[in-house]
Amino acid sequence: MIRFILGRLVKAVFILLAILVFNFLLIHAAPGDPAAVMAGEAGAADEKFLTDLRARFGLDQPLYVQLWIYIKGAVQLDLGYSFRQQMPVAELIGDRLPATLLLTGVAFVLSLVLGVIAGVAASARQGSWGDTIISTLALLFYATPLFWVALMATLVFSVWLGWLPGFGYSTIGAGYTGMAHVLDVAKHLVLPASTLGLFFMAIYMRMTRASMLEVSRLDFVKTARAKGLTRGVIQRRHILRNALLPVITLAGLQAGQIFGGAILTETVFAWPGIGRLMFEAINQRDYNVILGVFYISAAMVLLFNLITDVVYVIVDPRIRLTT
Amino acid sequence: MTLLSIRDLDIALPVGADRLYAAKHINFDLAAGEILCIVGESGSGKSMSANAIMGLLPQGVKPVNGSITFDGKEILGLSEREMLPLRGGRISMIFQEPLSALNPLMRVGAQIAEVFEAHGALNGAERRERALKLLDEVGIPDPDAAIRAYPFQLSGGQRQRVMIAMALALEPDILIADEPTTALDVTTQAQILKLIEDLRKSRGMAVIFITHDFGVVADIADRVIVMQKGEIVESGSADDVLLKPQHPYTRALIDAIPRLTRGGDVEEVKHTPILTVEGLQKTFSTGSGTLFGKRRVVKAVQDVSFELYAGETIGIVGESGSGKSTVGRCIVRLLDPDGGRVLMDGADIAHMSGAELRDQRRKLQMIFQDPFSSLNPRARVSRILTEGLIAFGTPKADAQTKARELLELVGLDASAMMRFPHEFSGGQRQRIGIARALALDPSIIIADEAVSALDVSIQAQVLDLLAELKERLHLSMLFITHDLRVAARICDRIIVMQKGRIVEAGPVGKVLHDPDTDYTRSLLDAIPGQDYERALAEAE
Repeated sequence: MIRFILGRLVKAVFILLAILVFNFLLIHAAPGDPAAVMAGEAGAADEKFLTDLRARFGLDQPLYVQLWIYIKGAVQLDLGYSFRQQMPVAELIGDRLPATLLLTGVAFVLSLVLGVIAGVAASARQGSWGDTIISTLALLFYATPLFWVALMATLVFSVWLGWLPGFGYSTIGAGYTGMAHVLDVAKHLVLPASTLGLFFMAIYMRMTRASMLEVSRLDFVKTARAKGLTRGVIQRRHILRNALLPVITLAGLQAGQIFGGAILTETVFAWPGIGRLMFEAINQRDYNVILGVFYISAAMVLLFNLITDVVYVIVDPRIRLTT
Repeated sequence: MTLLSIRDLDIALPVGADRLYAAKHINFDLAAGEILCIVGESGSGKSMSANAIMGLLPQGVKPVNGSITFDGKEILGLSEREMLPLRGGRISMIFQEPLSALNPLMRVGAQIAEVFEAHGALNGAERRERALKLLDEVGIPDPDAAIRAYPFQLSGGQRQRVMIAMALALEPDILIADEPTTALDVTTQAQILKLIEDLRKSRGMAVIFITHDFGVVADIADRVIVMQKGEIVESGSADDVLLKPQHPYTRALIDAIPRLTRGGDVEEVKHTPILTVEGLQKTFSTGSGTLFGKRRVVKAVQDVSFELYAGETIGIVGESGSGKSTVGRCIVRLLDPDGGRVLMDGADIAHMSGAELRDQRRKLQMIFQDPFSSLNPRARVSRILTEGLIAFGTPKADAQTKARELLELVGLDASAMMRFPHEFSGGQRQRIGIARALALDPSIIIADEAVSALDVSIQAQVLDLLAELKERLHLSMLFITHDLRVAARICDRIIVMQKGRIVEAGPVGKVLHDPDTDYTRSLLDAIPGQDYERALAEAE
């Protein structure tokens, strides 16, 4: 197992490097550069000013030199300097990363746990009104655009009912510490996390339900019944464990995606995370920040894939570890 | 003493099924210590009748009439909760597919211990102890290792033994065995049958054994019930039913059993080789063998050489894993052999590629085992039959005409052209498979277990058809099968394979009646129902 993980990590390093180079070249293939945008905003776009800016940012160097400098830095976790924000990129991302991880992590765990529970409940009562209600709700969540849910949730729970804060990470200027701070953040987290999680919860629910029903028709379930086991034990021990395998595959793939899907939610709820950082950076052609965010996202996807594989091996003894 | 008694049982199928009742007017008694065989072809209702006893009918299928009395108590119509102590406790069950019948994610030991847990018997350590003893009793070589194994790590025969161990855990009064040996090799089948027989003796357990194989019936049954289309057509002691069948259906079934002993000598064929296989090799490996992966190598075919003469049928027989199918697949190049030559008309197919290979391949066609998965479910029969012809440049209209002729040749109506594969029965589908193989006017047919998935009566029809077509179209055939009876019926020569090598080859009469190797002899000894066959021959 350890050998497998080490092997995969070695591979991941090479994949990350390849992604780094690819992203770098891709972004430089796009027209316009940070200097042009900054000069445009400053309103003083003479040739001399632009050349000065480019020289200051190192943009006058040949591409391969820029690439080499960037990679050399990236390997040492130095992701360059954001001239827009006047801060090192690593520090910028480091500031924003915990907020995003908190949001996506909570949304992910919530959607997975609730989705699986709802799926099991629906499948156990296939065809009943309970199943119909759960399935209909899931379809509704699945079909509704994320931003609309976000806006409606803010409107209802924050504006009308006033139960929950509608935006931000914590109450500005309140100066909470300790438990009070945790509670404050948790309150702010409810709306964005449930908005982000709803869609995924619907997917996990449908997947779990379908998978449970499929597994319950397999021969070994009949064996279990022939042993005289009760329905509950058969559901839990025999059906659920086997039914979870495809859900794990899907969850692993989406764990990477949920990270990217946070941009919209972060924007609507003014959540100070990576998604918004990237959104702003793209508008401002802040190359280093964009590349940095890409870099972190790619690393996250690779990490989640590795975790999925490890979980899979633990759950399913038939899977053998091969790198 | 009557242990189980079924009276006027009717089992209704869901509305919209092809008939109203899965089984109707079922009446039988089972005495302690008795082996009762229920025989019938697929769809005869034999499994449904047995499942009804356990209360394990599929959704929508319900007993609507009659009674099932077990040990003096009515058990039909008991609630789930009331059935629990019976299931696995007093009546237990084993199934056909030993792989899918075990939970793939649970260790064997845990699955056995579960039976005790379900019935609140013994404590943790005792359960383990008993599981070990049971595994030993059913003949698992290393119980200590087996108890920690997952089902996929055991062979088919071992898995079936685990199933039996599980079924026996609480010393039930009745064991219901639903085709428990159908998916196993003959030698394994013989061992499992012996095991069931021994356990019946040592424990005085009653057994309901469901099967479609009269050989198996002859070997183990005390009493026999024959079912057809949901009804019992004949029942009685094993000797009566097997040797003096009264009902025409029973007689037809018995006549359809392929015999090992065959009347008439094998026609001498002229020894002009049409296909020569020389030193064929094929090795499978899994895992990359690089960086961190571990390489596993299976030598599926090792140094296989033989000649197929024009107009002859060679049977390649062997147990699963013997490499017999791999040989067939290498010859038609569905697999690329690692070494050796396959000569056809002097040209080596084993090393051809592209257009050259395609051209040679039309002379070599294959018929597959599973008539359900070997035909494209989304393609009409007309497309299935004409695809090959059109690929070789036949105009569409000509191909259609030819397809109609082919259907007639295999005994199907031309109206079949516009239908989809799922609209046909298994036997009819296999006929379509044969028509498809014949479409390109091949000179050699390779049939890979072509009749293994069919009921005996259908099997007999398809074998007759193949024999007739071979004669009419001057075909040569490689017939790959695990069933020596089938091989005896259709082949001129037989090649016996074991672990990728040919262990014996020769004329049918020689190999089946005077084999040179112990391995062939052990295969022959394992065939069920040989005494019965002799008795039948005498009666005739």
